[in-house]
Parts: sequence; structure tokens; C-alpha cells
Amino acid sequence: MISWFLRRLGQILPTLLILSFGIFALQQLMPGDPALILAGEERGDPAVLAQIRAELMLDRPLLEQYGHWLWRLLHGDFGFSWRIRVPVGELLLDKLPVTAQLASMSFVIGVAIGVPAGVISAVAKDKPLDWLMNAVALFGISMPNFWLGIMMILLFSVQLGWLPPSGYVPLWEDPWQSLATTIMPAFVLGTGVASVLMRHTRAAMLGALEQDYIRTARAKGVVERSVIARHALRNALIPVVTLGTIEFGRLLAGAVLTEQIFSIPGFGKLVVDAVFNRDYPVVQGVVLATALIFVALSLVADILYMLINPRLRAA
Amino acid sequence: MFRRIAALALLLTASAASAQNLRIGLREDPDIMDPTLARTFVGRIVFAALCDKLFDINARLEIIPQLATSHHWDDPKTLRITLRPGVKFHDGEAMDAEAVRYSLNRHLTMQGSFRRGEINTMESVEVVDPLTVLIRLREPSAAFLAQLTDRAGMIVSPRAAEAAGRNFGLRPICAGPYRFTERVAQDRIVVDRFAEYWNAASTTIPRITYQVISDSTVRLANLQSGALEMVQSIDPDDVGAVRRNSRLRINITDELGYQSITLNVANGARAQTPMGQDPRVRAAFELALDRQVINQVVYEGMYTPTAQPVPPTNPLHVPSFQPEPRNLERARALLREAGVRTPLAVEMTVPNSPDLRQAAEVMQAMLREAGFDLRINTMEFASSLQAATRGEFETYLLGWSGRVDPDGNTWTFMHSRGPSNDGRYANPEVDRLLDAARLEFDPARRRELYAQIYAIALRQDRGRIYLWHRKNIVAHSTRVTGFTAVADGLIRVQGLRLQ
Amino acid sequence: MSPSSPARRALAALLRHRLAMFGLVVVVLFVAAALLAPWISPADPLATSWSAIRRAPSAAHWFGTDENGRDVLSRVLWGARASLMAGVIAVGGALLIGVPIGLLAGLAGGWVDALISRVADAMLAVPFLILAIALAAFLGPALENAMLAIAISASPVFARLARGMALEANTTDYAEAARAMGNPPWRTALVHILPNIAPPLLVQATLSIAEAIIAEASLSFLGLGQQPPAPSWGSMLNSAQRFIENAPWLAIFPGMAIFMLVLALNLLGDGLRDALDPRSARR
Repeated sequence: MISWFLRRLGQILPTLLILSFGIFALQQLMPGDPALILAGEERGDPAVLAQIRAELMLDRPLLEQYGHWLWRLLHGDFGFSWRIRVPVGELLLDKLPVTAQLASMSFVIGVAIGVPAGVISAVAKDKPLDWLMNAVALFGISMPNFWLGIMMILLFSVQLGWLPPSGYVPLWEDPWQSLATTIMPAFVLGTGVASVLMRHTRAAMLGALEQDYIRTARAKGVVERSVIARHALRNALIPVVTLGTIEFGRLLAGAVLTEQIFSIPGFGKLVVDAVFNRDYPVVQGVVLATALIFVALSLVADILYMLINPRLRAA
Repeated sequence: MFRRIAALALLLTASAASAQNLRIGLREDPDIMDPTLARTFVGRIVFAALCDKLFDINARLEIIPQLATSHHWDDPKTLRITLRPGVKFHDGEAMDAEAVRYSLNRHLTMQGSFRRGEINTMESVEVVDPLTVLIRLREPSAAFLAQLTDRAGMIVSPRAAEAAGRNFGLRPICAGPYRFTERVAQDRIVVDRFAEYWNAASTTIPRITYQVISDSTVRLANLQSGALEMVQSIDPDDVGAVRRNSRLRINITDELGYQSITLNVANGARAQTPMGQDPRVRAAFELALDRQVINQVVYEGMYTPTAQPVPPTNPLHVPSFQPEPRNLERARALLREAGVRTPLAVEMTVPNSPDLRQAAEVMQAMLREAGFDLRINTMEFASSLQAATRGEFETYLLGWSGRVDPDGNTWTFMHSRGPSNDGRYANPEVDRLLDAARLEFDPARRRELYAQIYAIALRQDRGRIYLWHRKNIVAHSTRVTGFTAVADGLIRVQGLRLQ
Repeated sequence: MSPSSPARRALAALLRHRLAMFGLVVVVLFVAAALLAPWISPADPLATSWSAIRRAPSAAHWFGTDENGRDVLSRVLWGARASLMAGVIAVGGALLIGVPIGLLAGLAGGWVDALISRVADAMLAVPFLILAIALAAFLGPALENAMLAIAISASPVFARLARGMALEANTTDYAEAARAMGNPPWRTALVHILPNIAPPLLVQATLSIAEAIIAEASLSFLGLGQQPPAPSWGSMLNSAQRFIENAPWLAIFPGMAIFMLVLALNLLGDGLRDALDPRSARR
């Protein structure tokens, strides 16, 4: 078990190395010369372009650029944003708490609604309650985030004046205001997650309820509720865990559209602006951080699999 | 009971606090806040609070003194500037001739400077005495003074700039009415009133927060719900909603720039099409467009249709040069004359923005009637810029934020050596006239030169197509008073009051 | 045993499933709308009318007109083509790429699993935008390339899902029994594991279709996907965003179309799940 864990940790470094090189290569292939963007309205002047390329090492071979970037990284230096000259490490630290807060709130909302709804829906299969819950979940999936987001702003901020329409206040500055600014985006994102988890929980529950041992338990007259809780749900959890960890990862990677609508300065906006401005050091930094999150979450998923199904531990 | 009192107290402090803080919504996140390195338009809005310039412009686009008190052309190549006495930078240093010399040289020589192109006619700056500088130009330039009304005329504290080097933009130190307090990337920039500002009587609001809100519906919602007091830009579609709201005011001015179509006439293989090679085909293209209808459909009729790069608010606008009315018959006849097979396929590169995309669709429908098959190629901006520079386009729907002096709207786009002449349009006569317009100080004669330029480059050669001038639409709460709109679209903080 | 094969029994069960049949009918209607769009739309979806922009729904235009005065109903009907293709083909592609790879990882274990899983992690971390811009530049602007971009970016989810289920299924008694009987691993996977992991894959596929239809629109803004003036539900939704207060019907009708399609596909998927499960058929 411990050696398995260490092996998994050992995989992190090569993954990040290969990914960072891949992103570097992808940047070379992408159209949109960073020097042209940075030159702005001076882009017709070859001297300006040459100067920018020299300063940012864009005129060097790919491997040299990568090597340089890696060397700086080994010294804890992520480089700086070409656009606003702020160190990338600082930007990441700035955005991390914002995104972490929003992602956690959204995920809690998603799980709190999605999983029980899925269980209830499965138990009430083919009854009106089941239909209603499915319809609501699928509506949540089909509705674009911008639509729900803007509708909520128009209702709760402009009409009722209950919540601030957008912006972000850090949790440690003013916890109450912080919740007020994040509750709407968290709800928008949370409903999306809830819909996915609800559908998976329902499907998995239905499968599990048909398993022979559940029938046995039922035949033995075990109380219905404890059957559901102890046996069926446990085994049903594998796909729910898979999707749950992926969805959480996606939330942590930043939800571009929702952040845009609610003007939340998180990872999603950071990376989109960086891509559009070809601010490659920022792209690199965010992708690395995101990859770390996904690697960690898939480790969490595997550990959860083993907790759910002890037989996996042997394998 | 206690809870209610506490809530009330909270409410009171909140409103008291907000009267101390003017919150302005920006459309996008500014880039680096260093006057030498900055490029974006939104950045200029924040600079208007941070960094005073040698000169400014007023609502009539006249050049007025700011950090300078007067100027005098000793000869067409020598500009003498007298500085305002007793001006202090935010770090307490004195703003004097030495600081002006330092800042102008920094703009001219700093690696990666974006001001160089604006002031590269400058040969040297000499300190005559602490309040006088002498700027020597390599050649006479009618446009030079106007450059000093924008970022090239911003004076930075030499001590702070030397200490910070290229990171000066992280904490800019200038001589403006507000000093830099903090910036959260992609969220906000906070500035505080500078009590030692030379014209401190003109500012009363203790703090201004520039808040980045990219979605226009949400920006407006913030204004409507009182979370912002002012927003930089409102979509024409939303103007009605603001006008109906008695607690809001709207302020609309013509911009200095324009929306245009760059035509690839000589930049690489993609210029080798009937559209690129035959002015008659380009004339047919332009005659098929009805600018007023595009304006009506996409912008609620709020923008100003145009055929030239200089807007009507500018004294150097040529009033006689107007867009031709749509003429489908002539367009079809021209295409027949040119001997092209219709429908003629023409590609248009469109940067990804919803209104431009819609405008392109409207043009597509109009052009179809004349015998063109317009293929819209939407691209995100960075890709489209590269495509334009490399000549990987046939036509390119491009906007320009505009400059006070018409030279900034014409020379770089129409001169054969112009850095933004992506279509590589070239006509020696136009080059000669553009150069002459640069040297001409008399407005009437200069306007006549531009009239000639447009007649040749636009009517005869059809080297580019100008479509419309946009509007700066600033909306604010009635609590804000004292706002003066100027065509450059900036929000000048002097005179602003917040109740 | 009766002569009916499991497949026929499943089909019969599906046909008895009323909700599934409802879903099937709706899906068929959408496909028919897409195929018959030239004949059934009341107007030319590209015909602009400058004098009738953003008109609310009326007898002349049941779904109203859009920002260029085009008939929204006709555009929804024609848009079904691009959106159905974007949704179904992209998700089909993601399934085809993701599921076999995920099964391989789950069943083979060891370094194969490690390699595949870390690649999937890395792919999840690559911003969709970068992938899309790079593909748009290399493959050129076309709807098929948008589908490819969506398929690639959605495939790691299916791979992870398949892997997790394969891991679990591999430990069950029947998998062990199959191994003990000397069945080759691929046969075990195909015959015993795949049917058991089908339900979550079906669920995920039907959910991903909605995401793909919406994603197609963001791609068309980057030059991938459906190019103007041709309609797709996603791009209709996107341009509706500017007019969400002044002309809400621009968003409502394409939005409803996506919802109806996704609902129908899910009902069909649920029916299929019930039908495929021999135990539930007995109930």
C-alpha cells in the first residue's frame, strides 16, 4: 500500500514534465505571434518585433526556451506575465484562494443536491417524482451558464437588490460579503455538477438495487432505508466518484464563462485572457497547477475506489 | 433589537464608505500600467487619474496645457515648453525640466517602448532651466504636439522609474491627481486622492476603484443596482434602458477612431484575386454596402457612418468626403466591366466580437445582392493580427481607437511604409501627400491635403474602406456630477463629484 | 428457454418502455427536422430583413425573428443539422477514443494503467481553448474539426469512467469465474464487463451531448465549427447573449431545442439501460 502510494507520487514529476513540454510545443504551433500581440499598434515595425522577441527569448530554438523556463522553475521562478509583468507565481497565489473557495462551494452544492436527488429518483423510479427530478436535472445541463447567471443577477441584484451583482471579496476580509459575492456563481456551477451527479447516482443506484444481495437483504426483511444506505449506495459509488473527482477538478481549473459573468478573478479568466493575449508564461503556470490538481484528484479517486471496494486493494 | 441596530449601523457605514469611493466599471483588464510600455485603451482610462501629461485636450479637441503652462515653436523644428511650477510627483519629488527630459528620453529609448513610434521625430530634449525644456525635432511635425497629450506626454518620477526599472508599471509614480494604491489582476485597480496634486482643488473624491467587468449586461446591472457609480462603456442596445432609469445619466460622444475594412491589395499571394487586383471590383464591393442600414441593424443607428478615417468632431475632418449611397446597379455593372464571374467569392477575416460578427453577416447579405459571396472567417484577435501582418487574408474588418491628430489615423495605414498598412496599399502620390500633411501647420491647407489623399487612395484606388465612427457611451449614477466627455473616451477625474 | 435471443428480448423490453418510446419519437422528430429542414421550414434561414429585426414571436414568425431579421423557427430547424452532428458525432468520437483506452487501463493495470491515467490527467488539464485554437489553425475552419476538438477533449472523461468501472468489474465474482474458465481477457471485457459498465457510459454520453452542442458555439467564434450565416443552436444561443434582456426569445427557442433533445436522449438511454439489464426485465 505504501509503495503503491509512493509510486503514484513518483509519477507526478514525469507527468508534469511531459505536459509542460507539450504545452510549450503547442504554443509554437498555435497561430498568433506573442510579439505581434505585445507590439500592439507598433506591430508593423520589424525593429520593435525583433526587440520583443529578443527580450522574451522568442527568437531562440524551442528546446532552449524550454530549458531556460525549466531551469528558472527549478529555482522556484515561474517567470512573469508578459502582459502585466506580474510574477506568475504571485498571480497563481492570488487566484488560488478565489477559485478554491468558489469550487468548494459549488461542489458542496452539487453533491448536496445531486447525490440525494439521484438516490430519491432511483427509489421512486418511474413515479412522477422521478420524472420531475430528471427533467430538472436535464434542464440544468441544457441551460447555458450565462443564461442562468444573468437571470439570477437581474432577479437578485437588479430587481430585489439582495445580492451584489458581481465581483469578489476575499473570505478573510469580510466573510459575510465574501459569501454574498460567491453564492450566485456557486449556485450556477453547483447546479451543473448536481445534474451530472444526480444522473449518475440514479443510474448506479438502479443497477445496484437489482444486485442479488440486495434482493436477499430485502427478502430477509431488512429495513428499506438501511439497505439503500449500506449496500446499494456503496457499490453504486464508483462512477459517481469518477465523475465527482473530474467535476471537482474542472471547477478548480476555473469556470471561464461563469467567472466572466460574475467578474470573479479566478483561474478560468486568468487562463483565457492569457491564451487570447498569448501570455505564455501564465498559460504554462496555470496548466501546471491544473495538472497537479487533476493528478491529485485521480489519486483521491483511486483511494476512494479502494475504500468502496476492498477487493481493489489486493489488485 | 441589537441585531437590527447593528444592521442599521452596517448600512450606514456602507453608504458612508461608498461616498468615499467612486467605483468605475471597465470593459477589460488594462495591461501594464507603465506609460512607456502600455498599449491598451482601457489602460488610458486609469492613467487619466494617475499620470498627468504635458498637455491635454478639451471637448473641442483643442490642445490645452496640463503639466506645461505654455509652448512656443521657436522654429518648425524646435519646441519650447514652459513647465508648471511647484508640481510634485506622488513620491514627493519635484516635477521639473530634468524629469521631463528623463521621461521623454525613456519613452524614446526604453527597450520595448510603445511610445517610440509616436515621438520618433524627436531628436533631443534639452533642459534650459528648471522650468523650461527645448525639444528638437529631426523634421517639422504638425502632429508632434498632439502626441504629448497622450501617454507620450506623461511624465514619470525619475527616481522611482530608475529604482523600479522595467517593473515601474507594477507601482507607477506620476504627477496625476490620484496615486496608485493597489491592483488585483483581472479584478480592480484602486487609486487614492493625492493631496499634493498641483490642482488638488479640482478633486474631492478620496478613492477611485476601477473594476473590471467584461460582460456588458452585467456591467449595466452593476450600475442599475448601485454597485458601480460609473461605467466606461455601454452597448448601443442598452442605451434605452439607461435612459429610462431616472437615477442614471448617459453621456455619448463621437470617438476619435473608426471601423474599417483593410483590403489586401499587394500583401502576398492572397492579394492575387480580382478583389485585390481590380479597383473596380473593390468599388463594386463598397457600393454594395449600405452603412446606414448596418448601423441601424447592429448599433441601433447610434454610430456615425463615414467614408474617411477622421471623425466629424475633428477640425481636420473633410466634410465634403461622404460615403456614396448604396448603388447595386452600378456595383453589378462594375463587376461586369471587370469581367469577373459572379458570384465572386471574397473572404473576410473578422475578429471574434459579437457585434462585428453581426455586422459582417449584414454585409454578407448586402454583398450577395451585388454578386459577391462573402465568406466570413471569424478568428480570435491574436490569430487575426498575425494573419493580417502576414498577408493571410483578403479583407479584414479592423477597428482603430484613433488619435487626436489625424496623422495617427492615416499615415500608418495608407503610407507605403506605414507600419499598419497590412494590405500593402502603395501610391507614390498618396505617400507624398501624407508626408506633406505631416509638415503642414495651417489647418485649412492641411484639410485640403487630406481631401486629396482620400480622393486618390479611397475613391480612385479603393485602397481601404471606412465604415463608421463608434461612440463613447459613458453612463453614470446621478450621484456623480461634473463629468465632461471628450472624444478620446477617457474619464477625466478632475471636477468629478460624488454625493 | 424460449427461442428468443437476449437481443430480441431487450428490444421487446425497450418497445414496451413507454418513456423510452416517447424519447425515441422526439429524437426521430429532431432527426427528421434536420433532414427535412429545406422542405418544412417556413422561411429561408438565411433571408435577412432589415425592417423586421428582433421581432417577438407572432403568427408570421412563430419563434420571432433574430438580430438580422431572420426567422428563428427556420433557423432552429436548420440548426438541428449542425447541432445534432456536433453533439452525436463528437460524443460518439469521444466514446470510441475513451472507452477502449479506459478499459485497457483498468484491465491491464500496472504501467499501462499508470501511463494511460497520467495522460488522461494531463489532457484534462490542457485548456480546451488552446486545443481549439491550435486545431482551428491546422485543420482549418470546418464543423468536422470542431467535432474533433470536442471529441478529443471529452475523451478522458470516458476513459476515466470506463477505467473505474473496469477496475471494479474485474474484482467481481463473475469476472474471476470467467478468468478461471480460461476466457481470454479481451473476451471477458467484451462479454462480461462492457454490459455492466454500459449504464454509466450511456448516462455520461447523453449528458456530454448537451455540453458538446453548447461547446460547438464557442468554437465557431474561434473559426472552428459552423460559420455564419449558417445556423446552429449553440451559435444562436451565443449571439442571443447580447439581447438577453431585450429579446429573450432568441435564447429561449434554441435553448428549449437543446433541452428537448437532451431530455429525449436521456429517456431513450434510461429505457435502453432497463432493457439491457436482464434482471430488471424480469421484475
